[in-house]
Amino acid sequence: MTPEEFKKIGETHQKKREAFKYNINVCTAAACVSLQSEKVKDELASQVKEQGKKESCRISGTGCLGLCASGPLVTINNGQALYGGVKPGDAADIVKSIDKKPVKRLEIPADMPFFARQTKIALEHCGNTDPEVLGDYLALEGYEALYNCLTTMQPVEVIDTMVKSGLRGRGGGGYPVGLKWSTVHKAVGTKKFVICNADEGDPGAFMDRSMLESDPHSIVEGMAIAGYAVGATHGYVYIRGEYPLAIKRLKAAIKQAERQGFLGKNICGTPFSFDVEIRLGAGAFVCGEETALIASIEGKRGTPRPRPPYPAQYGLWGFPTLINNVETFANISPIVRKGADYYASIGTERSKGTKVFALAGSINNTGLIEVPMGITLREIVFEIGGGIIGGKKFKAVQTGGPSGGCIPDEYLDMKVDYESLAQVGSIMGSGGMIVMDETSCMVDVAKYFMDFCRSESCGKCAPCRVGTAQMYNLLNLISEGKATMHDMELLEELCDVVRNTSLCGLGQTAANPVLSTIRFFRDEYLAHIKDKKCPAGVCVIEHKEEAVL
Amino acid sequence: MSSSVKIKTLTIDERQVGAREDQTILDVARENGIKIPTLCSLKGLSAYGGCRMCIVEIAGTPKLLPSCMTTVEEGMVVTTNSDRIKKYRRSLLELYFSERNHVCSVCATNGYCELQSMAQEVEMTHVHFPYMYPQLDIDATHERFILDHNRCISCTRCVRVCDEIEGAHTLDIKDRGIDIRVITDLDHPWGESETCTQCGKCVHVCPTGALIERGKSVGEMSKRKQLLPYLTKMREAHE
Repeated sequence: MTPEEFKKIGETHQKKREAFKYNINVCTAAACVSLQSEKVKDELASQVKEQGKKESCRISGTGCLGLCASGPLVTINNGQALYGGVKPGDAADIVKSIDKKPVKRLEIPADMPFFARQTKIALEHCGNTDPEVLGDYLALEGYEALYNCLTTMQPVEVIDTMVKSGLRGRGGGGYPVGLKWSTVHKAVGTKKFVICNADEGDPGAFMDRSMLESDPHSIVEGMAIAGYAVGATHGYVYIRGEYPLAIKRLKAAIKQAERQGFLGKNICGTPFSFDVEIRLGAGAFVCGEETALIASIEGKRGTPRPRPPYPAQYGLWGFPTLINNVETFANISPIVRKGADYYASIGTERSKGTKVFALAGSINNTGLIEVPMGITLREIVFEIGGGIIGGKKFKAVQTGGPSGGCIPDEYLDMKVDYESLAQVGSIMGSGGMIVMDETSCMVDVAKYFMDFCRSESCGKCAPCRVGTAQMYNLLNLISEGKATMHDMELLEELCDVVRNTSLCGLGQTAANPVLSTIRFFRDEYLAHIKDKKCPAGVCVIEHKEEAVL
Repeated sequence: MSSSVKIKTLTIDERQVGAREDQTILDVARENGIKIPTLCSLKGLSAYGGCRMCIVEIAGTPKLLPSCMTTVEEGMVVTTNSDRIKKYRRSLLELYFSERNHVCSVCATNGYCELQSMAQEVEMTHVHFPYMYPQLDIDATHERFILDHNRCISCTRCVRVCDEIEGAHTLDIKDRGIDIRVITDLDHPWGESETCTQCGKCVHVCPTGALIERGKSVGEMSKRKQLLPYLTKMREAHE
């Protein structure tokens, strides 16, 4: 397809939209769907018919609008009015008031900090396109970046753009994307592969899911650009089977892209060919580790192997392989379109651009946000997040899931970037942020994450297999008030052994939640051990009467 | 060997050694009489990298790397027995002992067990982690061999030898984490296995008493350590 042709498709779509005075978008990402947004959408459509407004109103589904706490969300003309907590019964009022004042009881102020403080790059299309319609994506300069790369740039120039942009891998490690791409580009192999890691498994994280549900084409486009840059002809998306909606939309997007020639042989009439296949994960957290993921795609048991050699040299079926996370791929086409300098102008010295976070836990505005790197935790939690539920006291924010740590209030003014988070014993991770208030017990939190690691350990290496189980048992003893100071010492010793001797990232970081809670909340551990008390009142401690002989 | 293989020089425990570029640190160390303890590694089988006993320090790398799967590089400076590594090895071994029911006094391989001799080697005097005492089954359905999960350290030597040398792939692994188990066929009793060729290689590569011959009593089950090296040598000669 020539650029004129696909621009035309986009324009026709745009015109079709503009022909209607009111475009009513209903969020159809998983969080809102679970609150019956599909029903809301159907009811809106039938109300439009009933009230005779078919000429002026168009109802369509859209991707994640971000403010999941107030779902289901409905927006009119992309922000002219924004409604939250819409029930099917509210449809009549919404349609009735469409050309009058908005419905007061449902209205969410569009200028609230949650929306105003965000900078959307990876999420730029989330919430203003229908994820199931290719035309919507094309209308917003979709696939233009791919076309421009293929026709006006050499692969090394694409890589150079990534280097200049300063983009770092968004899966958690923060490895420079340009460097990874250039390694795979230089690697020698008769075949090369691109893999998109969508095996999002951190408790409380839903960035990848929302992006795939809201804007699947941007990930497909990012993968194709990556394929061109590194010289790969085949791509895999490894997505967890627990995300049926994301899988459905991604499948549809791949099919649409193939039909219009954005995937497949001779993309956009150029010699470059690239196709994308989906591989479903079967619910193993460790398969998010790149070597285990590769083993799983190969049809083997999903267990990691020691690196080096890294997948960039020896990856899928022994060929050089590029593995990036969903959010990384979502950033590619905006960087190519808007330029590396634009991206590099956002963020801090060593962490450029924006980061998507999933806000969860005891916070008013749970949902999906994208903020510039270098923003403070206080801004995220208290401005964008709207503070703690019920006005309770903030206690800690947990970043990086089971590989991360808990950050207490004294670090609220710390800048959020890769280095700062590492300094306080946490990690950026893929972007899960769980906010905890004074009613959370930190021993219980550590126990929860250790239970997760214990049951997700693949069992290949002894330190992770036995160490996590031992640590869980010790944490259990502490939370039950049955531990001694000796157990505490053992726990700390095990943290050190497991961290330093485990095979893969899962084991090497499994101790982080324990280490960081011990570092910042040692007194809570001591209260459980010495006073047999849980200060937050979470852990059930049975007090046995001393037996009198 | 093709003439294009390059030779690298490196330092292991302050000794200068030469190596082919495709050799692992473990290979080179053994060639030079430097002892690195291993449990899952066995000459003739593919490398696994799971037991973590062979970890070494490499100057400039913060992480400890398994010497069995790390290939040599020019100018590498390797330390195989610093106090830090020794301490970790001892802790690891204690974790192995705490995981299942390794009761030497009633074990058929008492005196011939690699886990046992490893404990002596790293000077493990006692286990200071709590024993987990899991309740595990014994599969004694096979007419010649017994699989005792209580003694298994999940090194997968048996799985690899069955697949790579015998070609039967009767043995495999199921479940994950602490629940990991060696299984026969699709988790059916060994005695009912239609794929098992009864070759017994698994028994003789097993480092502990997890796989033993039926009828052997306490301290009677010595393993034929030369079986695998002999087989691989004969096969290489044949090729």
